[in-house]
Amino acid sequence: MNKKVFQLIVENSSGVLSRISGLFSRRGYNIESITAGVTSDPGLTRITIVASGDDDILEQIEKQVAKLIDVLSVVELKAEDSVYRELLMIKLRVLPEQRASVVALTETDVFRANIIDVGPDSMIIELTGTQSKVDDFIALVDCYEIIEIARTGIAGLTRGTDKLVHINEMIQSGKPD
Amino acid sequence: MLGADAMAKCLEEEGVKAVFGYPGVAICPFFNSMLSVHIDRILVRTEQNAAHAASGYARVSGEVGVCVATSGPGATNLITGIATAYADSIPLVCITGQVDSSLLGSDVFQEADITGAAESFVKYSYLVRNAEDIPRIFKEAFHIASTGRRGPVLIDVPIDVQNTTITKFKYPEQVNLRTYKPTVKGHAVQIKKVIKALSKAKKPIICAGGGVILSGARQELRHFSHQYEIPVVSTMMGLSAMPTEDPLYFGMVGNNGKSYANRAMNDADLIIMTGARVADRAISQPDLITDNKILIHIDVDPAEIGKNVGPTIPLVGDIKAIFEELNQYELKADFSSWVALLKEYKAQAPVRKKPRDGFVDPAALIGRLSERLAENAVYVADVGQNQMWSCGYHIVKEGLFLTSGGMGTMGYSIPAAIGARAADPDRQIVAVCGDGSFQMSMMELATMQQHKLPVKIIVLQNGYLGLVREYQHNTYKGNYSVVDLSGSPDLTKLASAYDIPCLKAEDMNGLDEIIDRFLKIEGPVIMDVRIDPLDTVK
Repeated sequence: MNKKVFQLIVENSSGVLSRISGLFSRRGYNIESITAGVTSDPGLTRITIVASGDDDILEQIEKQVAKLIDVLSVVELKAEDSVYRELLMIKLRVLPEQRASVVALTETDVFRANIIDVGPDSMIIELTGTQSKVDDFIALVDCYEIIEIARTGIAGLTRGTDKLVHINEMIQSGKPD
Repeated sequence: MLGADAMAKCLEEEGVKAVFGYPGVAICPFFNSMLSVHIDRILVRTEQNAAHAASGYARVSGEVGVCVATSGPGATNLITGIATAYADSIPLVCITGQVDSSLLGSDVFQEADITGAAESFVKYSYLVRNAEDIPRIFKEAFHIASTGRRGPVLIDVPIDVQNTTITKFKYPEQVNLRTYKPTVKGHAVQIKKVIKALSKAKKPIICAGGGVILSGARQELRHFSHQYEIPVVSTMMGLSAMPTEDPLYFGMVGNNGKSYANRAMNDADLIIMTGARVADRAISQPDLITDNKILIHIDVDPAEIGKNVGPTIPLVGDIKAIFEELNQYELKADFSSWVALLKEYKAQAPVRKKPRDGFVDPAALIGRLSERLAENAVYVADVGQNQMWSCGYHIVKEGLFLTSGGMGTMGYSIPAAIGARAADPDRQIVAVCGDGSFQMSMMELATMQQHKLPVKIIVLQNGYLGLVREYQHNTYKGNYSVVDLSGSPDLTKLASAYDIPCLKAEDMNGLDEIIDRFLKIEGPVIMDVRIDPLDTVK
């Protein structure tokens, strides 16, 4: 099983998300996370999908998604020339005497997490990072009782300055091959 | 002008000659507006057949077929027909009425989320929210349905949108779809690679699928085959890409195909798979066709290339455009010994086992019928044993062979033949079905009569759901379950109730004469053919 991050630029129209998720479910593709948000062009939405499967399946995913009428482009965000980030919010049971150690944990340079809520015996911590950093942090705080976890799934961008130009060119010339 | 008037006007602008449908309250504004345009409105007897009829119309006219249904059950009844068209890439625009927009999502009477329900069977769908969008949406829908890999497009129109007054109607000249630009022209480098690979091949074969017919590339393919003397086989959907008796044509592939077609595929050192999906019924072991072979896969849909088999040379584009280009090249090659070998294979093909005496041999019937059919006749085969016999023994001349290949939808032949008739009033059109498939669509005899769309229907009667019976015989040691068709109507009486003549063929005696009479009768006619209940397709 391999994993790939796909970035889709799609028309910001009703039903587009259901068309994409429907495609994944009916063809039995594995989706690990999906995030969506508008781009700098309000008519277009960026969707980041983390999918897993063998190479043939991943190739089919890319082609089948590209075939959807609402999809302007599909590109693989390769790890070497992209950045990925995921937001984690984690609620821990933290008794007053444990607070200091949790605070110390969040302040380490490795994680740079933020405490965003403190209750009498709980804390919510927020952390942004790659999926593996988020996984590591969850493992680290596992010694406390984890009450709830909310993860957003990853968003990603390619490095460099070519991205917006790229979108505009695609709009003028149609889909890339 | 109302939204509904705009819808009718759009169809007129698209040059639609006939729509197939069934009304209900939610689509009444549209049908009312249809009274003021010159488009035939054909009332089918169940909505599924509206989609099948539109499919037959599309396949014969080469245009987009249009079917219309009301909201709720009308719309859901269309789905099987839409799925059938989707599986075979037939261009349709399916229009459904919908409940009032303000009530959407509240489960009111006859509300069904049809855009959601049909999602996996349409190329695209629209739920119209604003009447002013109607001209643009219709223009886009016809464009999407009829370009790239063709397929059905659904337009769901709430009744209040149909009843909204729009300020001005202007049908767009062009579509402006930034996200949809199908590839037409084949990549020049890939085309050169094809020619180069062919020049090195010793035993090339073309496997023609339905895409050849859909893109209107039959002449270009035949020219290519003849010019370089490359033999051709076809898939079921590719039947009629080549005339059956063309010296370079070697039959249908697959588990229900000709032995020599499969041998040709196995022996070939280069396969040009064109407009075919390499689907399971045609190619049971996709790995084998790339084993020690060069596979060139030509298709308008890039997602089909590499889906079932990884090609050596992928070539995306419209088949007609690609063969036009391929025909420009000079190719020095001599495949005559390969063609001679295939002719030997063909001569060695096993002869079909004759069914028992006292019945009509369906293979003989179909063969003799096709000898007598007009050059450009349209032959519509249904699904089941009848389909396998039709594929095996119908001799296509310059006409078309239509069937439901991908979905295998029983009951397709009669409504599709009616649609074909609406597209071309002058062509000879024959539907061949079994007694099971006939009973799935026999209500359409009324449609035929009402709208003067005569079709010749042959019903191969064996009192069984024959293909399933055969399967149960082979797989469940003859323990038949729910395949007995006792209780079927007397066709002569049924036909007479519709005022349609019915000829009976009970055995081989006088069969030729019955076929001649059948073909001579003007207007609709049914042939009730008794075949051996234990006959098999092989």
